[in-house]
Amino acid sequence: MTGPGSAAPFPMSLRGVEALGRLTLDLAESLGRFGRFLAQALLLVFVPPFKLGRLMDRIHFIGSRSLTLVILTGAFTGMVLGLQIFLTLSRFGAEGFLGPAVALALIRELGPVLCAVFVTGLAGSALTAEIGIMRITEQIDALTVMALSPMRYLAVPAIVAGVISFPLMTAVFDVVGIFGGYLVSVKLLGLSQGTYFGEMQTFVDLSDIMVGVWKSLAFGILVPWVCTYKGFHCGHGASGVARATTQAVVLSSVLILVCDYVMGSLLP
Amino acid sequence: MIRVQKLYKAFGDQPVLRGLDLDVATAEIMVIIGRSGGGKSVLLKHLIGLLRPDSGGILVDGTDITRLRGAALDEIRRRYGVVFQGGALFDSMSVTDNVAFPLREKTRLSAAEIRSRVEEKLEQVGLTGMGDKNPAEISGGMRKRVAIARALVNEPEVVFFDEPTTGLDPILVNTIHHLILELHQKFRFTAVMVSHEIPEIFGIADRVAMLHEGLIVESGPAEAIQASANPIVRQFIQGDIEPVGRAAGVSAGGGT
Repeated sequence: MTGPGSAAPFPMSLRGVEALGRLTLDLAESLGRFGRFLAQALLLVFVPPFKLGRLMDRIHFIGSRSLTLVILTGAFTGMVLGLQIFLTLSRFGAEGFLGPAVALALIRELGPVLCAVFVTGLAGSALTAEIGIMRITEQIDALTVMALSPMRYLAVPAIVAGVISFPLMTAVFDVVGIFGGYLVSVKLLGLSQGTYFGEMQTFVDLSDIMVGVWKSLAFGILVPWVCTYKGFHCGHGASGVARATTQAVVLSSVLILVCDYVMGSLLP
Repeated sequence: MIRVQKLYKAFGDQPVLRGLDLDVATAEIMVIIGRSGGGKSVLLKHLIGLLRPDSGGILVDGTDITRLRGAALDEIRRRYGVVFQGGALFDSMSVTDNVAFPLREKTRLSAAEIRSRVEEKLEQVGLTGMGDKNPAEISGGMRKRVAIARALVNEPEVVFFDEPTTGLDPILVNTIHHLILELHQKFRFTAVMVSHEIPEIFGIADRVAMLHEGLIVESGPAEAIQASANPIVRQFIQGDIEPVGRAAGVSAGGGT
C-alpha cells in the first residue's frame, strides 16, 4: 500500500512562482475556513437546542467582567478628549462646541472602537486561551465524541453574547466618557454646564447614535468570531495557545480599525 | 462489531497508518500495543471518527463510519464512550457535573434520576463523596476514574480507552485495570484500549494486537501474543533495545 505520491520538484527558475502560488492557495483556504466558521455559527444561532445557560455565562465572561475596564478607560478617554479639544477650540474662541465635539467623537468613533479594542484585550484573549486549552487537552474532542457540537457550545454563545454585550458596553463607555469630558471642561476648566450639555443636544442626533450602534454590533460579532476561531485552530501545546492568543488580539484589533473605516465611510 | 479494513493515513509525506486491518469482536477487550509514535492514538481517533483516513474503511456493525457525516456519525457516536489519555475533563465543571454532562445533554432523564446515576457511577469507580471537587483539585488517578465514570454513564456499547494508565504509579495502574475489568464484566461493553502497560495488560485483555510502523504485525489471544515468536512483538514485550529486522514480522498482517 502506498500513499499519494509527491509531485516532481519545480525547476529552480519557477520556485518563486510555486511559492507565490502556494501562499495564495493557503491564504484562500484560510479565508474560506474563517468564513465557513462564521457561517456555521450564525446558522446554529437559529437552530435549537438553544444553550441559554452557556449564553448567560458568556455574557458574564465578555460583558460583566469587562465593565470595570470599560468604565475606567471610558472616563479617561472622555477626560483626555475634553482637555485636548478645549485647548484647541479655545484658540478660536469656540469652546461652546466642546460638548458636541466630545460627544460626537465618542458616540460615532471612539466609543465603539476603543471599547471593542479593550474588550478584545481582556475578554477576547481569555476566550481564545480558554478554547485553545480545551483544544489541546482534548476537551473539544470529548464534546465531539459525545455527539455534541463544540460550535454550539463554544462559538455560538460567545458570538451572541458579543452581539448583546458590545452595544451595551459601548453605551456605558460613551456615557462615562461624556461625563469625563464634563469633569475636565466644566469642573476644572470653567466651561458652563449649560453650554457643554446644551450644545450637545443641538448637534448630536439619532443618526450619530445609530452609527455607533451599528459599529458596536459589527464588532460584537467580529471579536468573538476571530477569538473563538483562533482558539479552535490553535497549534500544539502551550506555545500554540500563546501564539493563537496573540494572533487573535492582533487580528481583532486590525479588523476593528478596518471595519470602523469601512462603516464610517458607508454609514451617514 | 468493528472491522478496520486497509486503513491508510498520512500526515503530509509521512505515512502513519499503512493499510491496517483489525477486527474487534462484540464484548471483548481488545488491547492495541505498540511503540510510541507507532500510530496507536491515530488509529483510535479514526475509530471514534475524529480523523478521516486517506483510504480504507471502518465498519461498525456493517456501517462504514468513514463515509458518515453529521447526524449519521453522531448516531454511531451515541453508542460510544471514550476515555481520553489526559481524561479531557471539563475543568470549568465539578466532578459531578462532568459525569452528569452526557446525561443532561443527551437524555430526557429527570434531575433526580441523573443525580442517582451519577452517584452510582462515582461509587463504582470508588469516588463517593468527591463529586463537589473540581478536576484540578483531585489526583491524576482520580481524574482517570472520573473520565471512566463519564465514559460509562450513558451505558455505551463500545468504550475506547486511550492509554488510561499513562503517568500513574504501578499500584494505580493495577487499580485502574481491575476497575475496567470489573466494569466490563458487569456491563459487557466492547472495549478497545491503547496501552503501553506490559505485562499488566495481558491480565485484562481478551485479545491483543501489536501495531508497528502503521500495520498490525500480529494479533490474537493475550496468551498467544505473550508467547509470540515474532521478533517485533518479542522485542516490545521484553523491552529490548536491540534493533529487529523489519521484514521479519511485518508480513504477518491481518487482524483476526
